[in-house]
Amino acid sequence: MRPGRALAIRVASFVVVLVVWELYGRSVNPILFTYPSAIAAAFGELVGNGELPAYLGQSLQVLVYGLLLAIGAGIPAGVLIARFRTVELATDVYVSALYSTPMVALVPLIVLWFGFKVPAKVVIVFLFMVFPVLINTEQGVKNVDRGLLEVARSFCSTERRLWRDLILPSALPFIAAGVRLAIGRGLVGMVVAEFYTSISGLGYMIVRYANAFETAKLFVPIVTLMVIGVLLLNGARALELWLAPWQRRNSGEA
Amino acid sequence: MLCILGPSGCGKTTLLRVLDGLIVPDDGEVTIDGRRVTDPRTDVAMVFQHFGLFPWKRLRQNIAYGLELRGRPRADIARSVAHYTELVGLGGFEQAYPFQLSGGMQQRAGLARALAVNPSILLMDEPFGSLDAQTRETLQEELSRILGREPKTVIFVTHSIDEAIFLGDRIVVMSRRPGRIRETLAVDLLRPRQLNDVRADPNAIKLRAHIWDELRREPDADPERRP
Repeated sequence: MRPGRALAIRVASFVVVLVVWELYGRSVNPILFTYPSAIAAAFGELVGNGELPAYLGQSLQVLVYGLLLAIGAGIPAGVLIARFRTVELATDVYVSALYSTPMVALVPLIVLWFGFKVPAKVVIVFLFMVFPVLINTEQGVKNVDRGLLEVARSFCSTERRLWRDLILPSALPFIAAGVRLAIGRGLVGMVVAEFYTSISGLGYMIVRYANAFETAKLFVPIVTLMVIGVLLLNGARALELWLAPWQRRNSGEA
Repeated sequence: MLCILGPSGCGKTTLLRVLDGLIVPDDGEVTIDGRRVTDPRTDVAMVFQHFGLFPWKRLRQNIAYGLELRGRPRADIARSVAHYTELVGLGGFEQAYPFQLSGGMQQRAGLARALAVNPSILLMDEPFGSLDAQTRETLQEELSRILGREPKTVIFVTHSIDEAIFLGDRIVVMSRRPGRIRETLAVDLLRPRQLNDVRADPNAIKLRAHIWDELRREPDADPERRP
């Protein structure tokens, strides 16, 4: 399909959904539901009085610290596990146990250990994000093409060059996919952290406006979360294409 | 140029990997110039059936790979890469990624990468086996032309009788199971060779018929009877 036509369908669908939502939303009790123009007005108000930017800043701070920590710890840990069989055998039980544990279950413990402030929130987001990064890195390193490994050996590659020429580039798409997974989980972790620790950020806005039955304002942080999610995922995808241009073959852009 | 010819599954590729030092044989040993082969050597280069190009490296970087590993100075690498890129007919594609090239072009790059390290022995593992018939013939003639300009000791594994006759000075015929050398034949054809001339040459036709008979005498040449 031509790109212009694809875009037209997307825009048309968006407009139809907005119009139907607007018409239906106006007919429902405003405490239970709302409609796009009311959300837009609430959005304008909350941006104007500085409330949304302030809380958004708190949330993003937690999210970014958590993401950086998850990448900084997850990639090296995944590499070590994939490279050294001993490390893998010593840790795989804990990794799979923690990965399968619903992280929400650990939140009270983290509050106990790290308190209610930013560090506790960062730790929660980190725990939500680190395992997809770690496990994908491990898979990526293990998934190295045997044929290319043989090429490197045949040309007498050193261990260091082997990582640079073969293992890291071949693991990169896996790592990027892990980061994308982590972003989705990290957003969940961020809101959970804001609900269960000292209430702050977008999570605070959601709780406050829900309790006050200000449904239009309640939708502002929710829509903001959606937009952050979409932007971060697209940003990660763009970064991946920039770092790994040979991958374009797979997305049909070449 | 020595061609190793045999039915699939007779261990041609394994033999080549032993020669390259990628596998250590359970029994026996390989020596090159009196030195035993236990690991890959820097003066032996291999062209792989699966091309073995790095998908994330541009053509230029792929061809430079062996030279970089050998720690050659940058200027030398650039000169060699330019020379071998031209020699295999890939001039103008230096910046392309492997996925942007056809199979034939990728194998030209694989050949350039191996030639660039100026090996004393070039090992080729069914290098044209996964290409379509026309590309295969073009590359056979190209290889013949390139080796005419830069002669090398080549050990070339193939399961195609015609390919072995066209390229080889000697042909080693292997039997399937056990993978033993059946006989070694000299190819009595002048160089430079042309594919069409070789096809019509009476010596080549006789050689071809002889090899066919040899392979047909195999106890289990019939695929139905394979265990």
